[in-house]
Parts: sequence; structure tokens; C-alpha cells
Amino acid sequence: MDTALAIAKREFKTFFQSPLAYIVIGAFLVFSAFFFFVAFFPVGVASMRSFFGLAPLIFMVFVPAVTMRLVAEERKTGTIELLLSMPVKDWQVVAGKFAAALAMLAVGLLWTLPFAISVSSVTAKGASFDWGPVVGGYFGLLLMASSFIGLGMWGSALSRNQIVGFIVGLVLCLAFSLINRIAMVLPASLGEVFQYLSVDYHFENIARGVFDTRDILFYLSLTAVALVLTTRALAAARQ
Amino acid sequence: MIRVEGLTKNFGTTRALQGLTFEVPRGQVVGFLGPNGAGKTTTMRILAGYATQTSGSARICGMDVTTDSIATRRLLGYLPENNPLYEEMIVIEFLDFVAQVRGIPAAERHARIKNTAERCGLVTVVGKKIGELSKGFRQRVGLGQAILHNPDLLILDEPTSGLDPNQIAEIRNLIKELGQAKTVILCTHILSEVQTTCNRVLIINEGKLVADDTPEHLTTGQGGTVHVVLASRFGGALQAGEVRPILERVPGVSAVEVGQSEGAGTLGFILRYGEEDPRRSLFEAAVKNNLLLLEVQRKHVSLEETFRKLTAAEPQRKEPPAAAA
Repeated sequence: MDTALAIAKREFKTFFQSPLAYIVIGAFLVFSAFFFFVAFFPVGVASMRSFFGLAPLIFMVFVPAVTMRLVAEERKTGTIELLLSMPVKDWQVVAGKFAAALAMLAVGLLWTLPFAISVSSVTAKGASFDWGPVVGGYFGLLLMASSFIGLGMWGSALSRNQIVGFIVGLVLCLAFSLINRIAMVLPASLGEVFQYLSVDYHFENIARGVFDTRDILFYLSLTAVALVLTTRALAAARQ
Repeated sequence: MIRVEGLTKNFGTTRALQGLTFEVPRGQVVGFLGPNGAGKTTTMRILAGYATQTSGSARICGMDVTTDSIATRRLLGYLPENNPLYEEMIVIEFLDFVAQVRGIPAAERHARIKNTAERCGLVTVVGKKIGELSKGFRQRVGLGQAILHNPDLLILDEPTSGLDPNQIAEIRNLIKELGQAKTVILCTHILSEVQTTCNRVLIINEGKLVADDTPEHLTTGQGGTVHVVLASRFGGALQAGEVRPILERVPGVSAVEVGQSEGAGTLGFILRYGEEDPRRSLFEAAVKNNLLLLEVQRKHVSLEETFRKLTAAEPQRKEPPAAAA
């Protein structure tokens, strides 16, 4: 566990030492603020709904941007040889990098809390702002981010090229988000399967403030599968 | 310490290692030689627990590098080829990271890092970014990383590549110093490095062991050359065409080549010999023919020649496998 933690700390620090961190988080905030307030003011309802509606779309692009370098860069510079010849299990490397990426996204999300605070402050007199969906929304976002990080890391572990890592991650996140959109043209039984596989569908449940173990379990299993695949890709990178 | 048996490794259809077998006892400094693409790096990677062999086995202190990988990795320090380092990290941060991953207890970490920095001459640069260091210092960081946990076995893959002569000398001294207390495998294609630092040489070619001996044995007992500079006893000019046959007739000499002369009136030759040292007969022949020997210098076969002989390209040699990156 200590080794995984050491790897996580190193990744986290490195991330914030590079301009990439500020570009990714800055762009994330600009986009989410813009789209959020564009949708927020005309509707005139004091809720974070439109933010949580948009966040999956924004995450789809930004998570792979955070994860693309995690493994690919080490493969390119050769430091992977240094890391994997130390007494570390492959899964510890993956776990450490995953934790670091999740922490990075949490830092990004932290900066969107002012949105929630400003929305709650414009709630009409006499009405009370409903924090339930906000807490649920953030919780759901972190869960969704986990699964996207897993997919993005797998993309990153597949080659030594960060751009390839980004595109594979993007395509996977996109596929798992939009899979429920084709459910309606399929027979009901198959449609249900596709709907269950959709990251979007489960997120909508949680963002409504409904905590269902099935939704949580979905994200955890998607993350786990992606991380197992990443570990295998890492083992393959050893030659 | 190390026992490698019938190690093979295939990359697709290329056979990088073809049944490599050797043993290294504790305390030796072993030079691991071979031309590029002979399988040196692959062997080092397998020992270091980074790559996995196709078949055969490798044991370190009796533990298998495949099944007991984590345990064997703990025992050794490894400097990979090209010395990959986290460029964006500060030296001391990096060493601290390695110490954490290596599982050095927090209480000992500081002292261990300090000690390593002193041994590797890193004290003046501990606060610098690795990416901003000169190549010599980078190499020291790489070595520091490898000895941080005080391993009994050090595997160094081309530790002096790309350094200037001063830096090479410094790193070599450091390796020699480390070699007094540890088992060291030094993988290189710089032969003089082996001659000055190692007490045993393994030469591999095309994935097979072709020599296993001391550097002294590999450089003696197989003849050598005698460099001579001659002048006429009477001060006149010498004709190469006349002198040459005299030298060729000297017992023990197998071939005569033209060498460096020392200006007007002198001639230089290089005499090759096999078993018998021809210097005595050479002297007698010179006296008999009124020749003055201005210089006689015997040279043993160099390691370089032995190396070339052992690893010479065979007629239908396949393309050597590209250094697996």
C-alpha cells in the first residue's frame, strides 16, 4: 500500500508541476462555467441540474486529457523500466496512478463548488435550496470520473504515444456514455442491457439524488474491469 | 549469487537469447560484453525483473526471477540502459520516491539518502531538477538510485555511455569502489572499461555465451605483436624490400606489416607472432644483418582483438535484433 501511495503522490505532484494541469483544469472550469450559466439564467431555477447534465460531456474530454500521459509517457521516456524493476507489483503501479488521477479531478471539481454556492445564494426568499441533488451529483461525478479514468488509463497503457492514449480514452468514454442512445432502436431485452452499460444512465439516477447500489456497483465494476485491463496492458509492455 | 540456465528470449521471430547459461559467484565484478544486439540488455532486463524470458531460468540467491520476482528485485540495484529518470523531479525528491517504493522505513530514509548522495557525489545538486543536470550528474543519480537500498547485487547497463573521458573515469572509480563490497554486473561494449574494472569477462554473441574468463587470460597466451623501429648500423638509408625478408625469416614471426618509422634512415615494422616470443631471435638477426634496433615493443593481443575474433560476423548472419526498447 505504501508503494502505491508513493506512486500516487509522485504522480499528483508531477501533474501540478506541469502546465498541463493548469491548462486542463482551467479549460474545464471555463467550459463548465460557460455552459452552466448560459443554461442557468434563462431557466430561472436555482438548481445545479444543468451543470450535472453537462459534466459528463465535459468529463469525456477532460478525463482522457488527464490520463493520457499516465502510462504512455513512462513508456516513451523509458522510466517504466525503472519503475517496474523496483519491488512493486504491477497492480500497485496502476492503483497509485489511478488514485493520483482521481485526486487531480477532485481538485478540478473543488473549483466548481462556487457554482453551487452562488446558485444557493440566489434561491428565492422563503424557498430553500435543495442540497441533496448537489451532494449526489458530486458523488456521482466522482464515480463517473473513476470509470472514465480507468478507461483512459487503459488507453494510455496501450501505446507509448500520448495522443493515441487520449483518442482511445475519448472513444471509450464516448462509447460508454452514448450507448443508451441506441437502446431505443433495439429490442427491449437488448436495449436494457445497453442501457445498463451506459455511464450516462446511471449518472442521471444519482444526480437526481437517488442512491441505488446498482448504480454504484455499475461504476465500481466498470472501473475495476478497466483497471484490470490496464494492469494487463502494463504487463504486456514489459516484454 | 546468479545462476542463469538455458535462457532464451524471442521477440516475434527474432531470437535474442539462445540458451544462455552462466553463473556469477558473490563478490565478483563481471564484465558482460557483446556487440550491439547480442542480447546483453535483454539478459539484464530479465535479471532485473523487467522482462520475462521465453524459456530457461534465472536465479538470484536461489530465488527465481519469474516466480519470486518481487523478492529478487529487492536484492538488486539496477541501472537500466540509457538511464531513464523522471526529468521533472528534483534529485532529492526522486531519491526519496525511490526510497519509498523500495520500502526503506521512514526513519532511515533521510540518512540513507544523505549517505547515497555523498557516495555518488550528488551533494551539490540535490536541489536541482534532474532534467537540468549534466549527463555526468544524471548518471550519478542513476547510480544513486541503484545503490540507495544498499543491495548486494548491482546490475549496470552501459553506465558510462555518452560521458566525456573525465566523467567516465569518475564513474569507473565509483564502480570499482562499489565492486569491493558487492557483486557487480557491468554490461558494456567499451572494452577498456572491462579491463580496468572487472575480474571476470563474459562475452556473448547472438544470444549465446562465447567466452567466460578473466580479462588477463583473454588477452595473453594467444600471441601478439612486436613493434620495431630499425636503422642501419652504418648510418645509410635502409631499403624496406631488403629488410622485410630478414624479419620474415626470424623464428616465431608469422607476419610482417609496415609500421611507423622515426623519420629519415629508419624503418618501422609490426611483427605478428603466435606462441613463441620472437624478440631474442629478432635481436640476433638484427646483429647479423648490421641493423640497429631503435625500438622493440611487445604488445599482447588486446581484448579488442579477442572480442572481434569471438564475435566476428559469420558469413550468413541474420540482421541482429534491434535493441529491444
